Amino acid sequence: MMNHDAYPDSLIRDILKSVKRIALVGASANEARPSWIVTKYLLDRGYDVIPVNPGLAGQTILGKTVYAALKDISGPIDMVEIFRNSEAAGPITDEALALDPLPKVIWMQLSVRNDEAAARAEAKGVTVIMNRCPKIEYGRLSGEIGWQGINSRILSAKKPVLAGKGFQKLTIHRPGT
Amino acid sequence: MTDRAPGFSTLAIHAGAAPDAATGARATPIYQTTSFVFDDVDHAASLFGLQAFGNIYTRIGNPTNAVLEERVAALEGGTAALAVASGHAAEFLCFHALLQPGDEFVAARKLYGGSINQFNHSYKSFGWNVIWADPDDVEGFAAAVTPKTKAIFIESIANPGGVIVDIAAISAIAKKHNIPLIVDNTMASPYLLRPFEHGADIVVHSATKFLGGHGNSIGGLIVDGGSFNWVGDDRYPMLSKPRPEYNGMVLGETFGNFAFAIATRVLGLRDLGPALSPFNAFMLLTGIETLPLRMQRHCESTQKVAEHLQKHPAVEWVSYPGLAGDKYEALAKRYTPKGAGAVFTFGLKGGYDAGVKLVSNLKLFSHLANIGDTRSLVIHPASTTHRQLTDEQKIASGAGPQVVRLSIGLEDVEDLIADLDQALA
Ligand SMILES: Cc1ncc(COP(=O)(O)O)c(C=O)c1O
Repeated sequence: MMNHDAYPDSLIRDILKSVKRIALVGASANEARPSWIVTKYLLDRGYDVIPVNPGLAGQTILGKTVYAALKDISGPIDMVEIFRNSEAAGPITDEALALDPLPKVIWMQLSVRNDEAAARAEAKGVTVIMNRCPKIEYGRLSGEIGWQGINSRILSAKKPVLAGKGFQKLTIHRPGT
Repeated sequence: MTDRAPGFSTLAIHAGAAPDAATGARATPIYQTTSFVFDDVDHAASLFGLQAFGNIYTRIGNPTNAVLEERVAALEGGTAALAVASGHAAEFLCFHALLQPGDEFVAARKLYGGSINQFNHSYKSFGWNVIWADPDDVEGFAAAVTPKTKAIFIESIANPGGVIVDIAAISAIAKKHNIPLIVDNTMASPYLLRPFEHGADIVVHSATKFLGGHGNSIGGLIVDGGSFNWVGDDRYPMLSKPRPEYNGMVLGETFGNFAFAIATRVLGLRDLGPALSPFNAFMLLTGIETLPLRMQRHCESTQKVAEHLQKHPAVEWVSYPGLAGDKYEALAKRYTPKGAGAVFTFGLKGGYDAGVKLVSNLKLFSHLANIGDTRSLVIHPASTTHRQLTDEQKIASGAGPQVVRLSIGLEDVEDLIADLDQALA
């Protein structure tokens, strides 16, 4: 059973390095909302983010078509990111577990935690991360978050790696990590 | 690096300071620039909208300053920090994020004199009202809290030296009333005491003192403990209400457990402007690398000087919590087991004239109004900082005519003792 109070950095890094296609449930078209900001950040980092929100189905967010539900998305999804409250995370997890093929990861946003749902997902071999923000984690592991004076809790004598688009983006593909 | 928690000395050297991404420079470069080019127009928009991590303009943030911020956040065990131009600027931006006109905060009566002035006079112009409480009487803090109270402010080791404050007991009062406890940890430094471990929510520093430690740079820090829930209600609108400056963003929601540090940056520092020079950030960082070593030596020598003065025939009393039988001995054992700091006061039997004579006779101790330097420092408050007060007022504020304050530096302690002996002879 995974310890959901403290994840090793290596686990988070492996997830963020391996997933490509992310369905983001609870997507928002409002630029001041955390879910919009995370969608934008992940798209900028090269992830294929598919917004899910029944109220916005058929519209686009950041150029990406919004789907009403996970089951409407065609093709495999690597990770389902849940941007809803902890209670709603239960049924959304079940919708994710009804997908074929299964997603590799179910990730519940910072402040979202549903241990029963996590247990159901883990029973099917799906990795679960809860109460974390993928943008914060990416920023922490790449070193970018330090630019805002935030404690990354990571020490390294290895040079951070520029993402190659200007000087203000770093990647998590760092040597020695 | 594995997930093993690094020790304090390792953090003092490494936290925040990976090699430079652009050049591989190993020491932290001084990014002495006002501004940073955007990667493209979209990137610029993301930065201004607080949607991406990055640098815009040094009044808001700077990569050298950011290393200092992450370093101090790590040393204090906080989630994030903000570096600013001075310790006073740190206090100011803290209260700016918490208080609206007409609000109150409760502050310990024993504080750095500059903070007392700031609270009593300058803050009145903003409609922020200080209510004073005695740090030796914890219940006094509870009695001073009203529905308008938005914070409690104390020093960990309090000025003018020799006072240890029961942080956990005052934190319990803050928690009961659901208000944040701000601790000025300047005199202790995180090496001796980490207020978050005792229930503080926010820590501020005058980095000018022990953090920098060399008496060469003014600077301040605000550290976010990440423990306070700002969005439960409307008492802290900077954090809980949609901000018109940022398209309706709710900072407390968007930035979670480091929202307070972000608010002091994007609302306080951005709009009020007390930015730290990157050069000063570099000097402070270099100082912090040796903080553990310096604090050990500061405390070791201070203990010896205090013990020596206690036996000196010209000295009436010494107030240092490291001394057996001191009023604060028990609190010091609990809160500062590694040493009770390097600043303390003592009383001269000869009164005012003896104080003036001591200060004039000292050869190694510098007579000036600072603490936390490599050099040993002395001040006779009655003839300097507290000169304008009546004798009664002087005594009430711990600055009676006989009182001398020392800040013990890193010289050979035998030389310091010899200097005091010749000056007292
Ligand atoms: C405990 C304490 N807090 C705050 C300050 C103010 O800091 P600064 O002088 O860096 O503005 C000082 C300065 O003496 C201090 O000793």
